[in-house]
Amino acid sequence: MSAMDYDDDYMDDDDVDEYDSDTGMDVDDDGEDDYGAGDGFAPVVADRDVKKPYEVDFKVHSTDEIVAFQTKEVAHVAGILGCLPEHAATLLRTFKWNKERLIERYMEDPEGESEKAGVVMDAQKQAKFAIVKGFECPICCNDDADMETLALHCEHRFCRDCYAHYLNEKVAEQGESRRIQCMSAGCKVVVDEITVEKVVAPEILAKYRSLLLRTYVDDSVHLKWCPAPDCVYAIECHIASNQLLEVVPTVRCKCGHQFCFGCGLPDHQPCICVLVRFWLKKCADDSETANWISANTKECMKCMSTIEKNGGCNHMTCKKCKHEFCWVCLGPWSDHGTAWYNCNRFDEKASIDARDTQAKSRQALERYLHYYNRYANHEQSAKLSSELLEKTAIKMEALQSTSTLSWIEVQFLRKACDVLLESRMTLKWTYSFAYFLSRDNMTALFEDNQRDLEMAVENLNELLERPIPGVDVASTAATTITPQQQPSHHHVNNGAGTPTSMSKEPSATSLPPLTPSHSTPSVLVEDSIRDLRQQVLDKMGYVKTRREVLLSDTTQGLREHRWGMNVDMKTGILFD
Amino acid sequence: MSNIFTKRLTKELRDLQANPPAGIVVDKADDDLKSWKVVIRGAEGTLYDGETFKLQFKFSNNYPLESPEVIFLDNIPIHPHIYSNGHICLSILYDQWSPALTISSVCLSIQSMLSSAVKKERPPDNAMYILTAKKSPKATTWAFHDDKV
Repeated sequence: MSAMDYDDDYMDDDDVDEYDSDTGMDVDDDGEDDYGAGDGFAPVVADRDVKKPYEVDFKVHSTDEIVAFQTKEVAHVAGILGCLPEHAATLLRTFKWNKERLIERYMEDPEGESEKAGVVMDAQKQAKFAIVKGFECPICCNDDADMETLALHCEHRFCRDCYAHYLNEKVAEQGESRRIQCMSAGCKVVVDEITVEKVVAPEILAKYRSLLLRTYVDDSVHLKWCPAPDCVYAIECHIASNQLLEVVPTVRCKCGHQFCFGCGLPDHQPCICVLVRFWLKKCADDSETANWISANTKECMKCMSTIEKNGGCNHMTCKKCKHEFCWVCLGPWSDHGTAWYNCNRFDEKASIDARDTQAKSRQALERYLHYYNRYANHEQSAKLSSELLEKTAIKMEALQSTSTLSWIEVQFLRKACDVLLESRMTLKWTYSFAYFLSRDNMTALFEDNQRDLEMAVENLNELLERPIPGVDVASTAATTITPQQQPSHHHVNNGAGTPTSMSKEPSATSLPPLTPSHSTPSVLVEDSIRDLRQQVLDKMGYVKTRREVLLSDTTQGLREHRWGMNVDMKTGILFD
Repeated sequence: MSNIFTKRLTKELRDLQANPPAGIVVDKADDDLKSWKVVIRGAEGTLYDGETFKLQFKFSNNYPLESPEVIFLDNIPIHPHIYSNGHICLSILYDQWSPALTISSVCLSIQSMLSSAVKKERPPDNAMYILTAKKSPKATTWAFHDDKV
């Protein structure tokens, strides 16, 4: 296993590099120290002993943790600058939470920076409600004598009601928070938190606060909200954008959603983000229509109209320009005379060129379809996963009632399904990755790994679909539950059992202790089940190994720039 | 809201009629104040000297928090920021709108935009834009890149 040792060493070095390059980001480094102190920021990947090359470090934070962290940052900066926490918060948001830059700039020019951020440090100048005699609000044209008015330090005065309407609109409708400006046209002064607090209703203030909170995660390059619907967690991951060319930073949120930290899409290992983008674009746009056109049609040599020949003889007359030509050689028809069937113009340069281009685009289309069909096939199989999971659940139920295996002992089936799905996803993306690889020896290696994984996956899938000898899935799941198994049902069935079996329980108690049909062959059945269990575990282990090998080697190859790419990484245009 | 809407527009109308800025005349304002027609005259000594143009203002109930929809009608000026369907590329009409702006200040901005033109021509992407544009210019995502004209 010398290769593996090398892998680990390589990773260790790389880790050191990552941390070195990160020391500039003080905000997050501080955070890491804190997490170590055991204040609830427990690392999620603690159960993995050795990090694999394709895995990245990440942490999942709850909203409360983010709030606490923000508060601490704000207090720290407020202490250094000697200002109110609200002001420090506004300044930090303006500087996208880059504490160093803020402090440096602020020390140089406190007034200028505060003004730019819309902060009024002087409590005397803080906007407050005032009743101004003879004032007419320029927005609502109200001039009641007892009307409360408000002006920020820019001295643009408006009435309280207009401010309230304006802030409601900005916060509730437009979802703005830290950049709400004075209502006057062209005025850049920001409405600060304290003023918002004074003006708006409590529910709008709550929304405003939560929007402000979100900006913390949105502004930080090392934090991202989990994209799963209604998920409240944010993920912290220190991956630089240039590293995205070498690794797919797959992270797993506490809600179970697994996604790529780089692009936010669901996990797409081993295909790197930029290639995924090209691939999805290619699959989505109609560039393949264009490809089909060039593979199946020819152009009129005179007016360049696209023509598909769907029958008839080879004497073509262009509908548009009336040019007459030969479909076979694309030369003008007049040259063919009457003896055109011998089409002796085969060597003519123009027709060779035309043929070449057509052959080329036909080949490109075939190549794309080769990868696309396999990619789509794995995607389709994964979509059918819910069916497989259902079937497996019934099977697990049946196993428990037929043999003496307990709930925990049949979990291998469920686990095998998960491994299968995960590997199908990986396989799916290997095809998009392979599409962008140029043909060389390295690609052959990649394809070997891909083949091994694919074969292992298909074997496992077949095994999982196969009926278990001696276990009648249909009847067991529907009706028969032997009383012996019932206690175990009660205790461990939480969530895993099928609802049918639960609902049948009351009537099942009235069944005789052991039905004769089960008593005699049960030993044989159990043997075959144990046999099956061993097989599934073996195959599952093998699939896992193959997946790890493929992912490790691909990532390793990306780091060493071993893969030859046939695509321009900037434009996504394929090389010839 | 509609209270502000009525009060504000009534006052704007009164002010514009009593005390109109040079070259700006309210042609017609609907009884419900939701749609106005305003005639503006090209300023003296500019490319549009002596020409008159008709602007249509449409106000939502959310005015003045929300910007009015402003387009040219009938005789549409030939200008690098005005499309031949009457849509105007002017930031204060869209994302730079402020509730403190008024019909009068919008008209003055448009007049000054006309005045600073050095050549009568349509925007370079006019043909493309009018094919795809929605009826209301507010449905377009505008990019403002030219501060000079």
